[in-house]
Amino acid sequence: MISKFAAYLLRLWVVPVVLIVWEVATRAMEHPFFPPPSTIVLRMRELWFTGPPTQLWFNDTALGNFPHSLGRLLGGWVVAGLIGVTLGIMLGRSPLLFRFIDPLIQFGRALPPPALLPLFLALFSVGTQMQVATITFGIIWPVLFNAADGARNVEPLHLETSRAFKLSGRQRLFEIILPSAAPKIFAGLRLSLSLALILMVIAEFFSTEGIGFQLRATQRAFDLPGVWGSIILLGILGYLLNQAFLVLERRALSWHSSSKGTA
Amino acid sequence: MRLTVHRALESQIVCGAIGVAGLLCIAEAAGRSGLISTVQFPLASTVLANAAELATDAEFLADVGATFLGWALGLLVTVLVAVPAGLVLGSVPAIERALRPLIEFLRPIPSVALIPLAGFIFSDRLDMKIAMIVYASTWPILINTIYGLRDVDPLAKETLRTFGFGHLSVLWRVSLPSAAPFIATGIRVSATIALILAISTELIGGGSDGIGTFIILAESSPDGLTLTIAATVWAGVLGLLTNAAFVWGERRIFHWHSTRVGAAQ
Repeated sequence: MISKFAAYLLRLWVVPVVLIVWEVATRAMEHPFFPPPSTIVLRMRELWFTGPPTQLWFNDTALGNFPHSLGRLLGGWVVAGLIGVTLGIMLGRSPLLFRFIDPLIQFGRALPPPALLPLFLALFSVGTQMQVATITFGIIWPVLFNAADGARNVEPLHLETSRAFKLSGRQRLFEIILPSAAPKIFAGLRLSLSLALILMVIAEFFSTEGIGFQLRATQRAFDLPGVWGSIILLGILGYLLNQAFLVLERRALSWHSSSKGTA
Repeated sequence: MRLTVHRALESQIVCGAIGVAGLLCIAEAAGRSGLISTVQFPLASTVLANAAELATDAEFLADVGATFLGWALGLLVTVLVAVPAGLVLGSVPAIERALRPLIEFLRPIPSVALIPLAGFIFSDRLDMKIAMIVYASTWPILINTIYGLRDVDPLAKETLRTFGFGHLSVLWRVSLPSAAPFIATGIRVSATIALILAISTELIGGGSDGIGTFIILAESSPDGLTLTIAATVWAGVLGLLTNAAFVWGERRIFHWHSTRVGAAQ
């Protein structure tokens, strides 16, 4: 166990090496656009982590911005997940419906989400609604397509068995179709989560609070260490979200990997 | 058999057309009956008329050309960077193990968050667009190349090695052709991301031409929203066409590999 952990840490040797090279190179360059990482970390501390230990060192700026951003991100993700899975299962189970709206969803997927911001701004004006709408529209496609794909490829034998046992439509949905499509749906949800972070940042560029807005504010103030700090903060957030999702997925799909004998 | 397939395809087109027309009619009816305010969402007919007008507008066409140029150059640079990098990472496990933590830290950084920083660093907007595209679209190609190399038939590699071929020629004669369909799928995914990044950079980073710039300028004109949506429709068409071109290209080049390409879609 301990040796496993040590081996894991050893594999990270490249991280300190890169940090040192980065520090040395930026100090040698003395270029205002490339502050050394130590300066960036100090600036990040100044910006967000000067609070009391009871608040986990988060200060008021952090607490005034992070939860909003995270809430909208997760809100948009959940909405996209619910709509995407519902619509995707319908499309996957009904080839006729799929034929009718396939061009529409292909087109919807091809629309670059940032270009839709003016439209969402006009529809909802600045605020949470507009941001959640932007995030939802931008990230729904992977869930939708994967759910449709998963629902289309349910083992025919399972469906016939369920028919032979006269399962109700509801039972068939929750006990056959959804579990069988679950791995695909989760793959779509994971992709959507990382997209949600990108769209959250874009939507917040056009708003008055949140991490994206702070990034924009540091940019306007020519606060380069602040810009770098915001980017690193978003990177950490993305990393944590992905790790949290992997834990969730492993729990939710444990029956699946064990029943198939492969991870 | 051929006839039924043909008929199914026919009905797919018919059904799709009915679906599109249906949505347009619903949107038009909702606008005309006052269900949706036309200030918030212009009539479908107005948008379509505007989009048709834009198609003959030389200025807009120049903007589309600028976005397309940035997209194509960006994607080209990405392929030239990501495929060799993927080949190295995929065939030398030691390097892959060493760099994996770095990749895992870099990949989650949302690409658009880099646009404000890039605005400082790049004085030329085309360079900036290309740099943003390269950063964001590298990952699908890189990851697919690594996975593709992992999937190479070991027997084929060993066979060539017993005949005295070196590492590089095994890579060139067996691994690369075998991983090619995976790489192609990665490039197709990256192409979509690249288009989104090109337009995002124009929208957020500013500049003098491109669809994103057109949208920003249109917003301040009186019927700005209609123009914006019309421009977005063309952006979507551009996305559809490029994606279709890639799918078609993959089918043609990798027809011998069609089952795998089909599965990866």
